[in-house]
Amino acid sequence: MSKQTAPSETSTGSGEKSGTGVIDQAPPKAVAQQLKTVKQEQKQRVDDVDRETLIGLYRQMLLVRRFEEKAAEAYSKGQIGGFCHLYIGQEAVAIGAISAIRPDDYVLTSYRDHGHAIAKGISPDAVMAELFGKAGGCSRGKGGSMHMFDRKANFMGGHAIVGGQIPLATGVAFASKYKGTDQVTLCFFGEAAVNQGAFHESLNMAQLWKLPCIYICENNQYGMGTSLDRAMSFQNIAEKASAYEIASEFVDGMDVLAVKEATARAVERARKDYRPTLIEVRTYRFMGHSMSDPGSYRTRAEIEKHQERDPIKVFSSTLKEKGIIDDAALAEMEKSVREEVEQALRFAEESPQPDSEELFTNVYANPIAPGSQRTKLSNE
Amino acid sequence: MAVITMREALNQAIREEMLRDPDVFLMGEEVAEYQGAYKVTKGLLEQLGPKRVIDTPITELGFAGLGVGAAMVGLRPIIEFMTFNFSILATDQIINSAAKMLYMSGGQFNIPIVFRGPGGSAFQVSSQHSQALESWFAYFPGLKVVMPSTPADAKGLLKTSIRDDDPVIFIEQERMYGNKGEVSEDPEFTIPLGLADIKREGADATIVARSLMVPLALKAAEELEKQGVSCEVIDPRTIRPLDIDTILESVKKTNRVVVAEESHPFCGVAAEISLEIMERAFDYLDAPVKRVSGVDVPMPYAKNLEELAIPGVDQLVAAVREVSYM
Repeated sequence: MSKQTAPSETSTGSGEKSGTGVIDQAPPKAVAQQLKTVKQEQKQRVDDVDRETLIGLYRQMLLVRRFEEKAAEAYSKGQIGGFCHLYIGQEAVAIGAISAIRPDDYVLTSYRDHGHAIAKGISPDAVMAELFGKAGGCSRGKGGSMHMFDRKANFMGGHAIVGGQIPLATGVAFASKYKGTDQVTLCFFGEAAVNQGAFHESLNMAQLWKLPCIYICENNQYGMGTSLDRAMSFQNIAEKASAYEIASEFVDGMDVLAVKEATARAVERARKDYRPTLIEVRTYRFMGHSMSDPGSYRTRAEIEKHQERDPIKVFSSTLKEKGIIDDAALAEMEKSVREEVEQALRFAEESPQPDSEELFTNVYANPIAPGSQRTKLSNE
Repeated sequence: MAVITMREALNQAIREEMLRDPDVFLMGEEVAEYQGAYKVTKGLLEQLGPKRVIDTPITELGFAGLGVGAAMVGLRPIIEFMTFNFSILATDQIINSAAKMLYMSGGQFNIPIVFRGPGGSAFQVSSQHSQALESWFAYFPGLKVVMPSTPADAKGLLKTSIRDDDPVIFIEQERMYGNKGEVSEDPEFTIPLGLADIKREGADATIVARSLMVPLALKAAEELEKQGVSCEVIDPRTIRPLDIDTILESVKKTNRVVVAEESHPFCGVAAEISLEIMERAFDYLDAPVKRVSGVDVPMPYAKNLEELAIPGVDQLVAAVREVSYM
């Protein structure tokens, strides 16, 4: 396992201000230092988790990885249209965090939502069919890659305006407190969303009104093609919580157990005391921003360096060293996961297209007066 | 029936619906302790408590989105914009979240929310605080847009909007809060969305007017009566859904129509109504449809310029005379 490098170590000019009168912010070292302190051995954490859970976490990460690889393949064959943002490299975040909540808790995320959807319990069949724009998709083919939804799973959507889900999640958490339930809400977003007003407005309200919302910033270090150091003046995201007196943590996002543990601590605060938390999870996406990303803004070497800490590889070696799983069992799991993904692909291929009539459904919940909405195709 | 102001009628509607349904809550800037910047929410904090009547920071995008999120899980928020001018900051959540959630989730998440507050021209507050935004919101399928012109309509339509399962943009004309009218005290008094009201019957020409233009159209009709022209005044009351049938029926009867609005003309609601009339009742028209709009400039401060920027009774009279070839 090689050391992860914080982006500020490799960047140029971060933290350097020359004669602009800007107060010096966190020196580049701070982030690297923080990363070091959280990089405890995953092996120690394994001892606190039961075998079945460990294997379940591993299988889910593997499932999301293989699912996304299959989605990429289908995309390149033209079976999936539009934008397609893959989660490869970040699996430990959604899987670790969602494993720390109950099925009746809520999850909202951004457009990079396939992994979260599967982790929250939507079947890979329904997610793949949604990618294919089919009637069997979890949003009946109307949402696509960026808008997975499932009311039964309390999966409240992938949302495609950067940061847009943050006020929404705050509102879902508001409703839990209003109704007096002990449900918590996980809100995932990328680090680029931290620069949006929606993030700051939401954190302010969440702490002002003590809302059970857990904000999980998946810091994959690039907002599309713009690296963090080119976009954020002060890059210690976890520390931004202090501006709102919100509890926060910095977590190594390549360690599924670290993410799970940090989320569990936040869940306890939210469930018992209606207190929000901001968790910065340092992660890295191995693929482009979307399928159409040429990736010219970073080097192959940089990606490979991060891939040495591939969360799935790291976890499988930990589990093997601890005697939780052996090569034969891993091979068996690989086989069953691939079968599950093949099944999802078949389901998506065979699922019918949405009926043409679906074009006009679901615009309003209460139908509006006849004649007052144009519900005919213009050439009819 | 009691005679009350538009402001009081709105207050009654909110109060009655909050007493009726514990899932309804009210949130916005100065709605609670200050009693509302325009006193629409007067007394609600005292009666319903701080859990349900909530003062927000000045954070329109944030609390609009919070409302939409709460609506996703079954609450029925009333989000007050101190004025609709500030809703511009919240349009991402109104348009991208509220209007589209039901559709893009394949029918799973409807958003029962009301965004309400004063809109349209105000008195001498210049460009940023005096503008009509209904054509923005009415543009989007998924939103409903309501604009009452009388206290009774305000109460009945707001109660319906709060009970509605879709996002409703409820625009109260800022100059009309003090207008008085008879209002039912029946807690079940509601007015369906998408139903125009014939504010005055007439035979010779139709004026389609909404919000602030309705009382002006009625005055114009009185003046025109003296000149021998009998005007029908149709108030659509809701822009989306739009009761085009009532408008068409009137046009088929009078064969002449003026569409009035205080908003900018370009890409406006009157343009849409005019096209609908042209498409569906062209053969009934004895003159081209005439539009009377606010002028195509930001609102000025100076009193004389402001008066020029909004249509007045004289312009409506002149427009009806024009379509009557008088």
